[in-house]
Amino acid sequence: MNVAVCVKQIPDPAAPGSLDPTTKNLVRGGKLILDDSDAYGVEIALQLAESSGGGEVTLVSMAPNGETSGLRTALAMGASKAVLVSDGKLAGSDALGTARVLAEAIKRVSPDLVLAATESTDGYTGTTPVQVAELLGMPSVTFAKKIEVDGNSIKVERQTEAGYDEVSCPLPAVVTVTAGVVEPRYPSFKGIMAAKSKPVDQLDVAGLGLSDSQVGSTGAGQEVFEVQDAPQRDVGEIVEDDGEGYAKVVSFLENLKLI
Amino acid sequence: MGIGRVWVFGELAEGKPTTTTLELIEGAKSLGASSVEVVLHGPEVDGALGVLGGTGVSKVYNVGDLGDALVGAPIAAAIAGQIESGNSPDSILFGATYDGRDVAARLSAKISKGVITNCIGLEAQGDTIVASHALFGGSQIAKSKFTGAGPWLFVVRAKTFSAPESLGEASVESQSISVPDLGATGAAMVINRHVEERSGPKLDEAPIVVSGGRGLGQSEHYAMIEELAKLLNGAPGASRAIVDAGWVPYAYQVGQTGKTVKPTVYIACGISGATQHMVGMKGSKNIIAINKDKDAPIFTICDLGIVGDVHKVLPALIDALKNR
Ligand SMILES: Cc1cc2nc3c(=O)[nH]c(=O)nc-3n(C[C@H](O)[C@H](O)[C@H](O)COP(=O)(O)OP(=O)(O)OC[C@H]3O[C@@H](n4cnc5c(N)ncnc54)[C@H](O)[C@@H]3O)c2cc1C
Ligand SMILES: Nc1ncnc2c1ncn2[C@@H]1O[C@H](COP(=O)(O)O)[C@@H](O)[C@H]1O
Repeated sequence: MNVAVCVKQIPDPAAPGSLDPTTKNLVRGGKLILDDSDAYGVEIALQLAESSGGGEVTLVSMAPNGETSGLRTALAMGASKAVLVSDGKLAGSDALGTARVLAEAIKRVSPDLVLAATESTDGYTGTTPVQVAELLGMPSVTFAKKIEVDGNSIKVERQTEAGYDEVSCPLPAVVTVTAGVVEPRYPSFKGIMAAKSKPVDQLDVAGLGLSDSQVGSTGAGQEVFEVQDAPQRDVGEIVEDDGEGYAKVVSFLENLKLI
Repeated sequence: MGIGRVWVFGELAEGKPTTTTLELIEGAKSLGASSVEVVLHGPEVDGALGVLGGTGVSKVYNVGDLGDALVGAPIAAAIAGQIESGNSPDSILFGATYDGRDVAARLSAKISKGVITNCIGLEAQGDTIVASHALFGGSQIAKSKFTGAGPWLFVVRAKTFSAPESLGEASVESQSISVPDLGATGAAMVINRHVEERSGPKLDEAPIVVSGGRGLGQSEHYAMIEELAKLLNGAPGASRAIVDAGWVPYAYQVGQTGKTVKPTVYIACGISGATQHMVGMKGSKNIIAINKDKDAPIFTICDLGIVGDVHKVLPALIDALKNR
């Protein structure tokens, strides 16, 4: 079984993000890393490819400036190859523009299954993968916490408000996985060395057969026109617990007439 | 021309509109929409019409009973069908729910229109809608608007608008809308539903929420959180760290990827206060934090902070409440 995994390469989330003051696009400086949220999809893809008796895991990513450092991490985990779409024209793409790019890239891989994260760490629109599914004419299952392959279909445990649903879905399909559902493997030294020579197929907008008006800020049809710091809350009383800290909580609740 | 017609993707639970649905209807009304119309599905739509009429909506579109199908693809196709046949709203509001995001995303790709997601505010300015949404896990707020023609699609977070306290009943026009052939896209089916039991008030409706985080040390210690919540008639909640670790089910999670809560009091125990956690609880009226690290970010937003060990403070607090 061949699995394509959408992996986003993002600025280190530990470093505070910022927007360009004029274009209001995300400032993307420095080295990008593999979005943690996508490490789960890569792990599940590797497990599914192994348990189905072989098959390839192909990474699909859209990133500025031919950035591959995040891809190398996932290749070191064991993915076979990657398709990377990079083009200056992609700056300012919204989720739909990104989905158009990813869908075209995925078509070139013809996978049995497409995995993505439920939401990315930096953009967290949570819509891109289902847009990809619609563009590819595939069914989709979001919020998966477990995926099992059963011949030509999959069985997915999908989180719900009340618990979870077992969903059956024929392949090919797009599935989004939630964070924390598996333990992503650490790349081994051998994996890291091998990743350096694994193929990364680089494409641009024209190469995908998309027109400039479908992507980037022109394709987005929406604009961010103002960014402000979120309103701060006033800080109240902070006390060191001397054994009586609990009493402070009790009187706080009493004052609110909650007890 | 104003904001025009606004549709709401509505959801029912136990035959009644969900709180999120009622919030979105209020939101659509607050925009000054010329009409607010609701798209509903499921076997119980007819029984919910009275309550919906009572909210002041002018029309209900009934997609019907979709059986065991995942609803994203069929509902998006039914709405797209209306738009293509000339019955197009100017905007559509979706809740940031499991199904709301699926429908919005499918529809967006189907009709080639973008979506603005994670909205925590919508405001009419002349003929446009300005959406506020949090960036970088909630540390900054951006304002966005669509630049092209509608329908404009917005995915709105829970608690952005307030649902009315009480509901009346009134009649409302209802129209069935059909689901066109979906091809492969409609093939995902639920074969089994599992409900995880939970007693006490609902996390997103409880007046008091007591949440635990990794600072509890181990899964067994979560019992303290449950006990305290019970004593206060509140609901237990959690940070993602302990949901990911499998201590409690996902339904307990508060934050960006979990629930948004705005209780009278939120008590954070052994939670550091990552931006993604705070975005789900900083709208609480009062916040109490217990953390042994005086520099934990949670202390920058709390009304009462106890710098101490949860294993000392919580048992003492539980005892004191029991002895009252
Ligand atoms: C895309 C994305 C979405 C996310 N969504 C969410 C979300 O919805 N909700 C969420 O919560 N997180 C979310 N996170 C994760 C978030 O960034 C944090 O990792 C998480 O909130 C940390 O949980 P925690 O505070 O329990 O653990 P930690 O950050 O490990 O904090 C534990 C705290 O406990 C304190 N402590 C330790 N021992 C004791 C003791 N004995 N007594 C008292 N205090 C003690 C420590 O000082 C520390 O402050 C998300 C992250 C990403 C990237
Ligand atoms: N530029 C991208 N390259 C590859 N995958 C992406 C990209 N953007 C989004 N995705 C995938 O879609 C998921 C959801 O992203 P988002 O819609 O930003 O929340 C991500 O976690 C990725 O799996």
